[in-house]
Amino acid sequence: MKRREFIIISGAAAIAAACAPKKSPSSAPAEGPEQMVLRENPVNGDKVSLLGFGCMRWPMIKDADGKDVIDQEAVNEMVDYAIAHGVNYFDTSPAYLQGQSEKAAGEALSRHPRESYYIATKLSNFGDRSPEASIEMYRNSFRQLKTDYFDYYLLHSIGRGGKEAFNRRYVENGMIPFLRAEKAAGRIRNLGFSFHGSQQEFDYFMQLHDSGEQVWDFCQIEMNYVDWTHADGVRNANADYLYAELDKRGIPIVIMEPLLGGRLANVPAGIARQMKEREPDMSIASWAFRFCGTFPRVLCTLSGMTSMDPLQDNIKTFGHFKPLTDEELDFLERMATQMKEYPLVNCTDCKYCMPCPWGIDIPGTFQHYNRAITEGTYAQSSQQKDYRKLKKAYLVSYDRAVASVRQADHCIGCGVCLSHCPQNIAIPDQLRRIANYINNLKQNTL
Amino acid sequence: MLKKIRIWAALLFWLGITLLLMDVSGVLHGYLGWMAKVQFLPAVLALNVGVIVALVLLTLIFGRVYCSVICPLGVFQDGISWLGTHRSKKPYQYKKELKWLRYGVWVLFVIALIAGVQVLVALLAPYSAYGRMVQNLLQPLYLWGANGIEALAERMGSYAIYPREVWMRSLPTFLIALGTLIVIVVLSFKGGRTYCNTICPVGTTLSFFSRFAMFRPVIDADKCKHCKACELHCKAQCIAIGKDSEKIDYSRCVDCFNCIDECKFGALQYRWAWGKADSSPSAQNDIKGQNDSGRRAFMTGTAVAAGTLALKGIEAKAQSLKKVDGGFAEVLPKEAPKREVPITPPGSASVKDFYRHCTGCQLCVAQCPNNVLRPSTDLERLMQPEMSFEKGFCRPECTRCSEVCPTGAICKIEKEEKTLYHIGTAHVNRSLCVAEDGTACGKCAQMCPTGAIVMVDNEGMGNQIPTVNEEVCIGCGACEFYCPARPVSAITVNGRNQHC
Repeated sequence: MKRREFIIISGAAAIAAACAPKKSPSSAPAEGPEQMVLRENPVNGDKVSLLGFGCMRWPMIKDADGKDVIDQEAVNEMVDYAIAHGVNYFDTSPAYLQGQSEKAAGEALSRHPRESYYIATKLSNFGDRSPEASIEMYRNSFRQLKTDYFDYYLLHSIGRGGKEAFNRRYVENGMIPFLRAEKAAGRIRNLGFSFHGSQQEFDYFMQLHDSGEQVWDFCQIEMNYVDWTHADGVRNANADYLYAELDKRGIPIVIMEPLLGGRLANVPAGIARQMKEREPDMSIASWAFRFCGTFPRVLCTLSGMTSMDPLQDNIKTFGHFKPLTDEELDFLERMATQMKEYPLVNCTDCKYCMPCPWGIDIPGTFQHYNRAITEGTYAQSSQQKDYRKLKKAYLVSYDRAVASVRQADHCIGCGVCLSHCPQNIAIPDQLRRIANYINNLKQNTL
Repeated sequence: MLKKIRIWAALLFWLGITLLLMDVSGVLHGYLGWMAKVQFLPAVLALNVGVIVALVLLTLIFGRVYCSVICPLGVFQDGISWLGTHRSKKPYQYKKELKWLRYGVWVLFVIALIAGVQVLVALLAPYSAYGRMVQNLLQPLYLWGANGIEALAERMGSYAIYPREVWMRSLPTFLIALGTLIVIVVLSFKGGRTYCNTICPVGTTLSFFSRFAMFRPVIDADKCKHCKACELHCKAQCIAIGKDSEKIDYSRCVDCFNCIDECKFGALQYRWAWGKADSSPSAQNDIKGQNDSGRRAFMTGTAVAAGTLALKGIEAKAQSLKKVDGGFAEVLPKEAPKREVPITPPGSASVKDFYRHCTGCQLCVAQCPNNVLRPSTDLERLMQPEMSFEKGFCRPECTRCSEVCPTGAICKIEKEEKTLYHIGTAHVNRSLCVAEDGTACGKCAQMCPTGAIVMVDNEGMGNQIPTVNEEVCIGCGACEFYCPARPVSAITVNGRNQHC
């Protein structure tokens, strides 16, 4: 099914109609008080804000011992602001931010009435998947989040490895029946999963749903205007397929990586110009969020907001929400095609690959490299104009961004990271590509 | 007038050499490198006959202007003594030449030079002493300052200044530099050019010529009122004004022209005085047997510290079950292995040759952009540089040390020639190698610029481990630097005695 077809079928028309008067082509900034869009969960009637707070990218500071800790003060401020502006969905995991995310979320959220927000967390038993450790992880989440029930509980990142991997992590250790019992006891209100994998792997989970063996209350998928039809398509399914399958079954969808870890907020200059020509007063990121919100089956779009600035910008986007027109969707499709022409690394800075046992700063290296490409400060040949300036800028900024012992040239290619990457990046190959690029810069052999 | 010219020329020279010794950008040596190459002892060690002849002629014609203008340590002392005495009305007075000390040190120095006891040479030579002080004491301050500005530059998105690591390359050399500084400051604060005229072997060498200089400051006995103004302002303390006698010891005069400025009666003039009787009471006017070059010597009893690489085996890095996302694994700093033969830079013909020529001026150490060079802590070659690869390796495109070396210890090479210098050979210590337990690595082979590392099957483990083709290895240290085994690399470089 094509994107446009099912938008029509699936009732986007209703939303579009509601917003129709505002949809002037000149698109002046919307007037009036902001009103966070709420989506109703058809299963249980939850009124969920279309913007959800992803708790994976909170700011870290150094404590007295030099250890990285979450900046709780900043988190409290952001959470208060978010709740005051209608955000009511908070998504965390025991694995995020070196295991500190849940606790910080609990600190910030417990200052508000429990019924004023929904908590989503996950069974992130990537390491020890024994029943004891898995149950302990589940129980610990209650303590960290200072609650006695979870609104949304997810099997964290399933898909890759298909049925076998799923069985190992959740079936053989008895966690599925355990969680079902917990749901029956009211401690889990919605049971779902987050997905990274291929079409075939996804089909297996839909099959479980169809047969009634495991009914999913909701599902979290990676969706944005690039992954819509430009995911690698082999090991990572395109989002248009995943959306259609879930929509068909009426399963509410939570969206992750709407911005690809910020890459869709900081796009190459040529693409940014085209967006600004259309919406001079809207941020580049707002396009990505409007894309997600345009689809009616989407319950919530998670954004891992690192500071007040993106939070305020997102609240502006969703507070005066304007779904995309068909013409605008076509435009984003063209932008996605153009973006694929840049040699970017598909990293979303989720840090699942970290810590690298050899100390490499994998996301830091990729982020720095992507930034240079996006910003056009990327030397392509030693013959080009400004080569010396670009070379120095790249090398100096790399040294500033990543400590030299953690740079790409130290990767030994052990491949431990490979299985952790939800984006399926060939991390050692990409690191070597960047190390070679840098070596060529140093030797002027580019 | 003459004094002003001297001061400006001296400041320019001093600033140039000091910047050269601190520079990390690699830009300055193209413009200022010659300033190091015209220093006397480096020229002697480099057998740079042109420079030696020019400096001797300069001294024979104009006196020891070298000491007042070209020598950075001399100018530095002038600065210190100005601080110590410019408020005083009678800062100096004539002192007798300390012959035994002056010539004793000189003889010792020449013997050390001939015998190849470079520690003593580096300790006494003025340019080495100055380089040591700048590299150890001033460069860190300069870099900290630059790093401070760098933080600002970063905020403004500028890449003009970039951060450099400040680290102590060798504690003994640092302490010696500190000691040198203290001695120099103490001697010059009130004593003017005491160091130059009692200890400095280059000063003594030049004094053999300066006493016959064609141009010298001369006192006109008819005009002299014996007011002692000149004597009291002579930093070299070499003017003796008696009741009706006036003498200048030209072996010690460094042509600073302070006396000419001070004389109110115009009795002092810098003028042609060729063949005039030397008014110095010096005994040693025989300059036969000057051995300006010391270049025999042996060296290197090659400390065969039979210290095996007795290194604790690292635990195979437990790929411990990943539990949470983010954070960094600890990366231990590298420790230098014991090297039976020291590694000296490409461009040095052999280890022996290198240490015989090097004056330990630290210019290459200060300039090395890869943090490879540092002063040795080995007693035999204390303060003279050696290479080690904990913080970087000798990159194939870099020939900086060969460009700056003023003594010919490192001859100028082109980067294409680098592979012709086999400065060392890598060895694999399998007990430390991460591939030993089956981990796929091969980092050393991947980084080796000459393809000297051959990966072979690791029997029964299904992976490959490195071996070294000794003939192809050039000893650049890329393998050692990149080896993931820490703190001691599983592949280490040992120096080669003969490089080409």
